[in-house]
Amino acid sequence: MLIETKKLTKKFGGLVAVNEVDFTIEEGKINAIIGPNGAGKSTFFNLLSGSYSPTSGRVIYKGKDITKLPPNKIAKLGVARTFQTTNLFEQSTVLDNVIVGHRLRTESNILDAVLRTKRFKREEKKCRDKAMEVLDFVGLTHVRDQLAGSITQEEKKRVAFALALATDPEIVFLDEPTAGINPGETEGLAELMEKMVKKQITVCLIEHKMKMIMKLADKIMVLNYGEKIAEGTAEEIMNDQAVIEAYLGGDASA
Amino acid sequence: MGSLLKKRGWIIGFILAAVLFPFLSQNDYFLHIMTLAFIWMIAVYGLNLLAGYTGYLSLAHAGFFAIGAYALGLLTVKAGLNYWVSLVLACLLTSAIGAVVGLVALRTREHFFAIYTLCVGYIIYLVIDKWDSLTGGVRGLIGIPAPTNIGPLSFETPLSQYYLILFFLLLTVFVMYRIVHSLTGRTFIAIRNSEDLAQTIGISTMKNKLLVFVISTFFAGLAGALYASFIRFIGPDIGYITIIFDLLTYLLVGGIGTLAGPIVGTFLIVTVSQSLQFLQDYRMLIFGPLLTLLIIFYPRGIVGAYHDWRMKSWAKKKKQTEKKQKYVQQQSRETEKKIKEG
Repeated sequence: MLIETKKLTKKFGGLVAVNEVDFTIEEGKINAIIGPNGAGKSTFFNLLSGSYSPTSGRVIYKGKDITKLPPNKIAKLGVARTFQTTNLFEQSTVLDNVIVGHRLRTESNILDAVLRTKRFKREEKKCRDKAMEVLDFVGLTHVRDQLAGSITQEEKKRVAFALALATDPEIVFLDEPTAGINPGETEGLAELMEKMVKKQITVCLIEHKMKMIMKLADKIMVLNYGEKIAEGTAEEIMNDQAVIEAYLGGDASA
Repeated sequence: MGSLLKKRGWIIGFILAAVLFPFLSQNDYFLHIMTLAFIWMIAVYGLNLLAGYTGYLSLAHAGFFAIGAYALGLLTVKAGLNYWVSLVLACLLTSAIGAVVGLVALRTREHFFAIYTLCVGYIIYLVIDKWDSLTGGVRGLIGIPAPTNIGPLSFETPLSQYYLILFFLLLTVFVMYRIVHSLTGRTFIAIRNSEDLAQTIGISTMKNKLLVFVISTFFAGLAGALYASFIRFIGPDIGYITIIFDLLTYLLVGGIGTLAGPIVGTFLIVTVSQSLQFLQDYRMLIFGPLLTLLIIFYPRGIVGAYHDWRMKSWAKKKKQTEKKQKYVQQQSRETEKKIKEG
């Protein structure tokens, strides 16, 4: 159990986006959060990564309460995330875009930068090496020196992965990593997630592509109207009456 | 490597041109105009780090320019301090006020930040204009001394002032170059691209934004202080809103978020507006439409357009060589086949 949420709740005015959700993320596994549009999945992610602060409830990471921490502090503890769309600096190369990902593990400040100190040189190299390493890991070495504006959508998704991995995370939250790319490419990204787990990085993702999730995820949570309606393995979820109702409506038999 | 050598070529070319300029022109008026342009360039560099690299368009920088100028003026004239001590204090004072303003202003973003800083700039102008007993109000501050001698170096003549300010400009460019090409610079650029993303990769955005704001106001203050000792007279209008829009125009024309932009833009506009002096205020009839067209077609200014063009031609060349290689490979394969068959 790497992350645990306890009665996590987020209200936007009168709207309860996430309602008393208890969830545990298993270490070294692929965890998935699914649910219809507007179910509160992204809000739940934002609560975990610190982008939103919850109305009530707690988030525990490795036994430590991180509920009140800002996102950058949470990132330092080893929690990384991607967004549905990644804003890359398009006039710069892919490698240049990823280098900054390791910035949080460095100490050099502006004086080091102006004076070009030893620490600065060491850390510049460290970040560059890290960027090369993660780009190799996600399979983008061949586009390393291309402009970020000129690569394909799928490659951009991989850059987002690389950027998250460059922070040396223990867990990575992926917000709809395969949205807007074709089935063949989806397969490739699924393989990449499995590769991450093999490297002892826990994965937690939001996804809409059911087939892929059922094959990929070790553990699934289903959200509907901000509430957890089911949690378990793919098989358990597929046979869950509440889930079937949420997805197909009414008492249809699936 | 080739691009680095080319870059170095540009830098050496600029320094040589700037150093030789007084000997080539032999004209005190042009020397005066160029020295002033250098001062503006320093201020534009400060603005560029904030607006260009971090994405926060501050419209308060004319105010900080004025604070630097008045700080130097008051410290030398009224407090009677040594020039160089005053220069350092003026820059530090401007950054300190910058830090306080930044703490509040940086809680806003985008348009709201621009509007907020516009108001701050105007308030600074009003304070200078109305605080008669300290600043002399509309009458301004006169008798600001020129920089005092450093050993054998004296800065009484226009030529020596020109070189002194050129020195500060080169120092500014040097510092900016090193900041931009560092992890710190990458951090700023990451904030410009997306603050949310920057935070999730562990960057403390507020701390970094405040740092940029303070550095940026430091250079605005430096430019202002140099202006005061160069012109020897300052009035409240140096903090007026038109100044910040001048600076912004220089930056936009040259290329926002590029290292050469401030020099190119300032130089171009200052020289063009000098040569169009006979048109008086009608100059704006020419500048306005030109600026609009530039922003529409080249949002990253002249330097940005040049970069894009270089990148495109580089990509084209790469494609062509790849094609050639493929063709050659195919040819050799075909001949191999023929040999085998024949």
